[in-house]
Amino acid sequence: MSQQLDRADARVSHATGLSGTIKAFLDRVKSGDLGSLPVVVGLAIIWTVFTVLNPIFLSPNNLVNLLFDCSTTGVIALGIVCVLMLGEIDLSVGSMSGVGSAMIGVLWVNQGVPLPVAIGTAVALGALIGAVYATLRNRLGMPSFVSTLSGLLALLGLQLYMLGATGSINLPYGSKMVEFGQLMILPAWMSYTLALIPGIVMLVVGRSTNARRRAANLSAGSSTGLILKAVFTTIALLAIVFYLSLGRGVPWMFALFVALVLAMNYALTRTQWGRSMKAVGGNAEAARRAGINVRGIYISAFMLCSALAALGGVLSAARLASSSQQAGTGDVNLNAIAAAVIGGTSLFGGRGTAFSALLGIIVIQSIANGLTLLNLNSSLRYMITGAVLAIAVIVDSLARQSRASHGRG
Amino acid sequence: MSDRSQTRKAPGELLLSLRGISKNFGAVSALTDIDLDIHAGEVVALVGDNGAGKSTLVKVLAGVHQASSGSIEFQGKPVTMASPAAALQLGIATVFQDLALCENLDVVANIFLGQELNPLRLDEVAMEVRAWTLLNELAARIPSVREPIASLSGGQRQTVAIARSLLLNPKIIMLDEPTAALGVAQTAEVLNLVERVRDKGLGVIMISHNMEDVRAVADRIVVLRLGRNNGVFTPDASNQELVGAITGATDNAVSRRADRLREAAGEAI
Repeated sequence: MSQQLDRADARVSHATGLSGTIKAFLDRVKSGDLGSLPVVVGLAIIWTVFTVLNPIFLSPNNLVNLLFDCSTTGVIALGIVCVLMLGEIDLSVGSMSGVGSAMIGVLWVNQGVPLPVAIGTAVALGALIGAVYATLRNRLGMPSFVSTLSGLLALLGLQLYMLGATGSINLPYGSKMVEFGQLMILPAWMSYTLALIPGIVMLVVGRSTNARRRAANLSAGSSTGLILKAVFTTIALLAIVFYLSLGRGVPWMFALFVALVLAMNYALTRTQWGRSMKAVGGNAEAARRAGINVRGIYISAFMLCSALAALGGVLSAARLASSSQQAGTGDVNLNAIAAAVIGGTSLFGGRGTAFSALLGIIVIQSIANGLTLLNLNSSLRYMITGAVLAIAVIVDSLARQSRASHGRG
Repeated sequence: MSDRSQTRKAPGELLLSLRGISKNFGAVSALTDIDLDIHAGEVVALVGDNGAGKSTLVKVLAGVHQASSGSIEFQGKPVTMASPAAALQLGIATVFQDLALCENLDVVANIFLGQELNPLRLDEVAMEVRAWTLLNELAARIPSVREPIASLSGGQRQTVAIARSLLLNPKIIMLDEPTAALGVAQTAEVLNLVERVRDKGLGVIMISHNMEDVRAVADRIVVLRLGRNNGVFTPDASNQELVGAITGATDNAVSRRADRLREAAGEAI
């Protein structure tokens, strides 16, 4: 067999077989390319501790509640991943979600606007605000830290103004909206079917990629490894669905969140837009010289972040069955940002995945949920969440130094 | 030196021809009446002291600055280069001094940055094959194209930058100080690359402060001084001639006398 294109250099060792794959993984971790490892380990520790302290924590129905709670802030965290990717920040996502929540109350409940229009308006307003932040940054050089900080106050004001004297608008119980936020569960057959899809996609895409790589004389992964990976993923997902089905099952709202995460993951890893996002986050000047529309990338990221924040607000209105002055205040802002960082998206830009929003928010909600089960009040919850965030940033920072010294960027 | 000049082919088609190019920044004339010809398959070195106008000239050719007066002909047709994109489309690629690579992305992603195949569903296989083809044409020694740029040495990064400039099949490639900040072996590697690019039939414009590098690869050495042409030399020109043209300390009675004395002293010993 002729020499493969990418295996011509004798200096590079290439992983072959299962043991090689494991060794390559360990080498990557040692050099500081941690990926999702810290958050998975952290999650295992947190779940073990809470289960030991109170076995109810791991009960199926508690986990279903946990997933309901994850979805609202998780959607906001997904937007935060976009701006962190560029090394920017949006501090106003909490207020933005509050405005989104208030829009639903005012437009849908008070003004009688059809629900889809109300949701669309809220999300569009979010996108508009994001475009304003990006324009301030692009045209006036205003750091996003400051523009979004002023946005935080201004949007909070807008939310209070919209809600007016009453301060809170209840969403009608029994409406589809509230049921979606509190009750609606995927039918069992559907959740099992959906759990099968990732493995199948992995197998089909993986096989066709491998075939194309072989045809192009590039090294290709082993089919055994691919099948193992697909089977393992399928079994894990089926187990999760089975366990949740012992309780109420998989919430629709969580399914929506996961769908958004998957869409974002595709956009970030498989499209030119995602490649450009990483390039701008890594070296904006290099990206500009390569002909990337850097301003356009900033606009898209900020618009996406604020629009997702508004959508998160809409979901939280459904979850709480009300649009109140409290929506989006308190710890929502910081939880969303912390989730993205805990999940492994770097604060320094150019590095992150959509899955970090999913993993990070599960960590944060697990802490909140576990401490509530232990009858501990929010004072302790804030302290512990703060400590976890600090640890996550320290891990990110150390991993970055290690990557630099191992030459992995 | 002598056997190298034998292997050198006659210059190919005239690619780029500048006539009377001037560039003013307010009251300052950065370039005055510059003439320059670039043929296919030749390396033209652009040398000059700091402030001689080398970088300005490169920026005019890269479409970053527009000339205040003068004409540019590309393959016999008069052209204007209004933007970097226009220069790229004509087939003039530039490798900037600070390499402009994204360290967090891998080699393939950097080579195709902004030019990705299949924007909505990136064609990684095709891009990887093309990347290897480009790198192999340069006989580059990159261990793996799936490692981030941060793991590569300076010479390897320069290789990636050059490979990227070749992606769009340019006619001319401009290198702004390609060997600055490189070690001995890496410099040699980059000079090899320059020769390979020339052998592919491209015109190469190379800016350098290092006379040794310039002599090693250039077919012609164009000296700029204070924004004007100050002589065209062959690589056989003596160091003194070159330095004289660069610094403006041209041949005069004083330097001739100093030379004679030095030679006499050399023979005596």
